[in-house]
Amino acid sequence: MNENAQQYTLFAIGLHWWIAILIFITFPLGVYMHDLPLSPYKLKLYSWHKWIGVTVFMFAVVRMSWRASHIPPALPDSLPQWQKLASHITHMLLYVLIVAVPLSGWLMSSAKGFQTVWLGVLPIPDLIGKDKALGDLLLIVHKSLNVSLLVLVAMHVMAALKHHFIDKDNILRRMLPFIGEQS
Amino acid sequence: MSRMYVKYLVLVGLFLSAAGAQAIEFNQVLPDKSSIGFGYKQMSVPLDGKFKKFAAQIVFDPARPEAAQARFDIELASIDTGSSESDEEVVGKDWFNAKVFPTAKFVSTSVKSLGANRFEVQGKLTIKGKTLTVAAPFIFKPDAAVALFDGSFSIKRLDYAIGEGEWADVSTVANEIQIKFHIVGASAPAKK
Repeated sequence: MNENAQQYTLFAIGLHWWIAILIFITFPLGVYMHDLPLSPYKLKLYSWHKWIGVTVFMFAVVRMSWRASHIPPALPDSLPQWQKLASHITHMLLYVLIVAVPLSGWLMSSAKGFQTVWLGVLPIPDLIGKDKALGDLLLIVHKSLNVSLLVLVAMHVMAALKHHFIDKDNILRRMLPFIGEQS
Repeated sequence: MSRMYVKYLVLVGLFLSAAGAQAIEFNQVLPDKSSIGFGYKQMSVPLDGKFKKFAAQIVFDPARPEAAQARFDIELASIDTGSSESDEEVVGKDWFNAKVFPTAKFVSTSVKSLGANRFEVQGKLTIKGKTLTVAAPFIFKPDAAVALFDGSFSIKRLDYAIGEGEWADVSTVANEIQIKFHIVGASAPAKK
C-alpha cells in the first residue's frame, strides 16, 4: 500500500464495517438474552450470539493480519501529538478486544459444557474442558471485556464524529467505502 | 460302602452343577458401577446427560438368552442434563412432569443372541404414562466375577410427549434422544 494513501483499502474498510455491524447486533443480544427464562427462543438467541461472535473472531484475526502487513493511512499533520498517541492506543486496544471478547465467550461456552457449532454446521473445538468454576470466572471476564469494548467503541465513534463534523478533517473518510480519495 | 460312595458322587455332582450355574448367571446389578445416560442435540450442539438414581434388576445367562430378564426403574428427578437450568426445566410439566410420573420404566419382553457377544433386548419402555416397545442391542463382556452390559438405542422424545408446547419444536432440541446404558452385573448365590 502506498504510504501516502488517504484511505484504507476496500478490503480493510469492508472488514471494519462488517465487524462493527456484527458487534452492534451481538452485543445488545448478549445483554438481552442473559436474563431470559429458559425457552427454545433463548436457546436460539444464545446460538445466534455465539455464531456472530465466532464470525467476529474470524474477521478480527484476518483484520489483525491485514494490519500487521499494511501501513494505515497517515493521520493529518494538524493533529496534536497527544491525539495521535491516544488514537494509536485506542486502536490497539480495539484490535485486542475484537479478538479477546469472542475468545472469552468461546472459552466460557466450552467451560460451561456447550460446544459451539458455528451456524449449526461447523463444530468449533473446545479448547478447555467442562469446568463450572472456570465457566463462572470466564463469564466475569467476558462481561468485563465487553464493558471495556463498550467504552472504547464509544470513544472511537465520538472521536470519529468530532473529526468529521467539527474538525472537518479526513479521518472518518479514510474508513468510508465508495467515496474515492477526496481532498 | 459302595452305596455311600454313590451318594457322595451324586452330592459332588449336584454341587458342581450348582457352582457352574452360579458362575454363569448374572443376577445382580452393581449400582455404583453402572450408569444410564443419554445424548441429545440442542441447536445442533451435542450434549450428554445421565440419571443419577435408578434401580436395575437383571437375570442373564449367555447360554440361555431367551430366559433373560431385565427391569429398570429410573428416577427422573435425578436427571443431570449438563446444565442446572435445564435440570429444573425438564422435570416440569412440559417435559417429564415428574410430579405425576416420577419414574421411567423398562421391562424386557425378550432377549436374543445376535452372535458372538452381541445380544438384543426387547422390551416395553414407559415414560410419562406412555408405553412403547423398544429394542436395544448390547455387548456382553464377561469378566472374572462381573459382566459388563453395554448398549444404546434411540427414542423420539415426542413419541412420549417429552417436551410439549413450545418445546415440541425439534429444531431447537432434537427429537432423537440416544439412551446409553452401562450395566455391571455380578452373580449372587442362587436363592433357595
